[in-house]
Amino acid sequence: MEPTNGKNPEYFHKVVDCQYACPAHTAVPEYIRLIAARRYTEAYLVNWESNVFPGILGRTCDRPCEPACRRGRIEPEPVAICRLKRVAADFKDDIRHCLPVAPERKNGKRIALVGAGPASLTVARDLAPLGYKLHVFDSLKAGGGFMRSQIPSFRLPESVLDEEVGYILEMGVSSHFNRTIDSLKDLLDENYDAVFVGSGAPRGRDLKNLPGRKPGNPYIHVGIDWLASVAFGHKTSIGRRVIVLGGGNTAMDCCRTARRLGGEDVKVIVRSPFKDMKASPWEKEDAIHEDIPIIDNHVPLDFVVEGGVLTGMHFEQVRAEYDANGRRTLVKLNQAPVFYPCDEVLVAIGQENAFPWIERNIGIVFDKWGMPVLDPDTFQSANPRVFFGGDAAFGPSNIITAVAHGHQAAISIDLFCQGRDITDRPPPHVNLVSQKMGIHEWSYDNAIEDDPRYRVPLVEKQLALGNRKLEVELGFDAAAAYREAERCLNCDVQTVFEETRCIECDACVDICPTDCINFTANLPEPDLRQRLRVPARNQDQDIYVSANLPTGRVMVKDENVCLHCGLCAERCPTAAWDMQKFLYQVAKASEWPLNAEAAESPGN
Amino acid sequence: MSYIRPHFRHPEQPVNDLGYTRRHYEGSLSTLCAGCGHDSVSAAIIQACFELSLPPHKIAKLSGIGCSSKTPTYFLGKSHGFNSVHGRMPSVATGANLANREMIYIGISGDGDTASIGLGQFAHVIRRGLNMLYLVANNGCYGLTKGQDSATADRGSVSRKGVPNPFEAIDLCTMALQTGASFVARGFSGDKAQLEPLIKAALCHKGFAFIDVISPCVTFNNTSRSSMGYEFVRDHIDATGKMDFVPLRQEISANYEPGSSQEITLHDGSVIHLYKKNGALHQHDRNQAIRNLQTHREQEQILTGLLYLDPDHCEFHDTLGTVKQPLRDLGEGDLCPGSRALEAINASLR
Repeated sequence: MEPTNGKNPEYFHKVVDCQYACPAHTAVPEYIRLIAARRYTEAYLVNWESNVFPGILGRTCDRPCEPACRRGRIEPEPVAICRLKRVAADFKDDIRHCLPVAPERKNGKRIALVGAGPASLTVARDLAPLGYKLHVFDSLKAGGGFMRSQIPSFRLPESVLDEEVGYILEMGVSSHFNRTIDSLKDLLDENYDAVFVGSGAPRGRDLKNLPGRKPGNPYIHVGIDWLASVAFGHKTSIGRRVIVLGGGNTAMDCCRTARRLGGEDVKVIVRSPFKDMKASPWEKEDAIHEDIPIIDNHVPLDFVVEGGVLTGMHFEQVRAEYDANGRRTLVKLNQAPVFYPCDEVLVAIGQENAFPWIERNIGIVFDKWGMPVLDPDTFQSANPRVFFGGDAAFGPSNIITAVAHGHQAAISIDLFCQGRDITDRPPPHVNLVSQKMGIHEWSYDNAIEDDPRYRVPLVEKQLALGNRKLEVELGFDAAAAYREAERCLNCDVQTVFEETRCIECDACVDICPTDCINFTANLPEPDLRQRLRVPARNQDQDIYVSANLPTGRVMVKDENVCLHCGLCAERCPTAAWDMQKFLYQVAKASEWPLNAEAAESPGN
Repeated sequence: MSYIRPHFRHPEQPVNDLGYTRRHYEGSLSTLCAGCGHDSVSAAIIQACFELSLPPHKIAKLSGIGCSSKTPTYFLGKSHGFNSVHGRMPSVATGANLANREMIYIGISGDGDTASIGLGQFAHVIRRGLNMLYLVANNGCYGLTKGQDSATADRGSVSRKGVPNPFEAIDLCTMALQTGASFVARGFSGDKAQLEPLIKAALCHKGFAFIDVISPCVTFNNTSRSSMGYEFVRDHIDATGKMDFVPLRQEISANYEPGSSQEITLHDGSVIHLYKKNGALHQHDRNQAIRNLQTHREQEQILTGLLYLDPDHCEFHDTLGTVKQPLRDLGEGDLCPGSRALEAINASLR
């Protein structure tokens, strides 16, 4: 096997599992260390730099980082990364003076942003400080997009949303709220230099063809529309008995909101088995905690309407079968339909994109599913002036993905407005620095704590159910946040091996608590993985291979369960091992040298 | 500096016949210098005991004074231990062994503890054929007192002090052969592939097993002109052959080329397979082993591997004809057989 190229930033980036899994590549261990040091403001700014909405995401993120967390491979539960992010937001000082400021003198370029959700706001956040004049349009009365209309206040208080949306709008962004864009052509005719479409996936799926849907209409609501009505105060109550159809996070928000609006007997009924539901495990837990049963393997058959009043629904019972490829089919049990009585139904079975306002003759190409055809790296559409991001780009996803899209689209727009090649993307900022402070002393806390994951305290249930605006999660206090932060393994502090220094004394092999390090004959990767002290079976994790050592062997380290405890480096007599902090920051707009020729000339 | 080793282990760590992982054979975190060969020796002992599925509570670790004698703290944390007086480990081991012959005795010593202050004890414990593993972690210097040349340092070898050693070296393997050890081997802490099977075989050997492990002192004796540094040893090492240790009950799965290998069955039924480099070598020929060592020394080569083995040698308990069970298992009836037994003895003498 070829020696590992530590100079390729992606190698060490991949070792930082959480950061690698984060669509915006937030420097997670970096901010967790800052939280442990009680430097909340800096922890917040590390977040803000990458993900723009730390307070919002610290409450609502889909957390792709947590299933990836290395801690989850050595004990049952990962670090509570998401809730630590909230700690940074909760305990920070006023950060306004730390944020970038839009220059008084603009660069003469005007950009229109359609939709004021996370994708558009991220584009604004990246472009405003560069002197762009930004116009954001949204049909709602305030910014935030679906973060405002669909995420209930008991999960995300309005004050947090207002604060973080405000940071961006206050950078001199012109906001045009309560204004629906119904023609992209008209917008393009206003001579914007570029248009960014971050309009989300605004249409909730319905069960239009299910018998009883029409007569039952007054009692049947599409989930995301209903949540928006609640958010803006148009709906304040619901029937006593409520059925929520669907198994995603929107269904969880619907049922929990229904409990707060007077629903006493609220059930979630879903087609798939419980374990296959799209909702995040913690959101399912939260719903169950609020006495909401989740009834799985039930396919809706009809709405039962008697005398113009909805009385309930029939369901067919099924069981899931999986073929060799893991593809699922729902097989009918052929039992009599089950009847569940109810007063109202919320349909939360998915969302769709809809672009009725984009003319089909303005150069944007749509595929057969009605989605715009885009370059996956630049987010540019076939009309070079129009860029897409967030759910509008590739279908419904989540906030953090929308933010990642926004950063990339901002780079594209910036390059485009400068008349440069937008496929020539700026490389990430990378830094790799030794953490050695003394003979056996590191500048990071390398001791490994054994504590299991800490629980976020909740507000008392009866209190929570009585007020839809009362935030359920209280958040970690400073002491719990410290303990939880200490669980982080500092995976960004890399074990860097310098083979020319190694005397093959085996000290690192002997001390490594998780048997990661090996000295063995070199072989092709599959054989090498088998030959290790503990075979490296986790193929998702790389193995780190040195060049040949004096004995003809190579050093092989399985990255899989390395604790980053630094003992290999402490026990190394020749400092062949060193603990080096790896910082990886995705480049943002205009961090690419403005004048490429000038940058290439020496001494510049 | 870290004083606590993290408690997490690889979730897929192998498990032995007793259901234990390597973790159950570990000790405290070593306080020896980083890169000390002794830590590799400890790791090899851990691995050997783990692979042999030895119950930790059936093992006693004994040592004297010195860097090497500190190491029993760093392995087999669940076993018995006795850190005795300088050079007197053999006496303590003898006493313990006589009191309880069912335990497995691992004596750890260093070149100072064995070849200087303990030379007399060393010679006599071998003469008696005590059933134990006597392992010397040999670094050719007194590391604990700033690296003075020890009695095993080769003449002309230069430690960190920079002055060639003017005295002749004691070769512990030669001495063990001459005083009657029934298992003699030499290993190198930087070659666990060889050291681990040697330790396993020595632990299964009934009688006195001696392993001299060259274990470089990274702090005081790892210079380019030292004959016990990593580099020198790697450049001058030779082995009697490769060795496989197959414990009892385990099926022999490897294919052995006829003629090149020799099988030796130990007292407990386990088997050593030797792939000898030199077909004329006889592991049971004591004179040849001594000559072999001498020849290699003359050629500035370090001969390692299994040097001599007599699996049927008489051990101390057999020589003395002691009781078959540990003393602690003897009941009142055994110890005070009563007047009838006394009369019988007296009668037999009349």
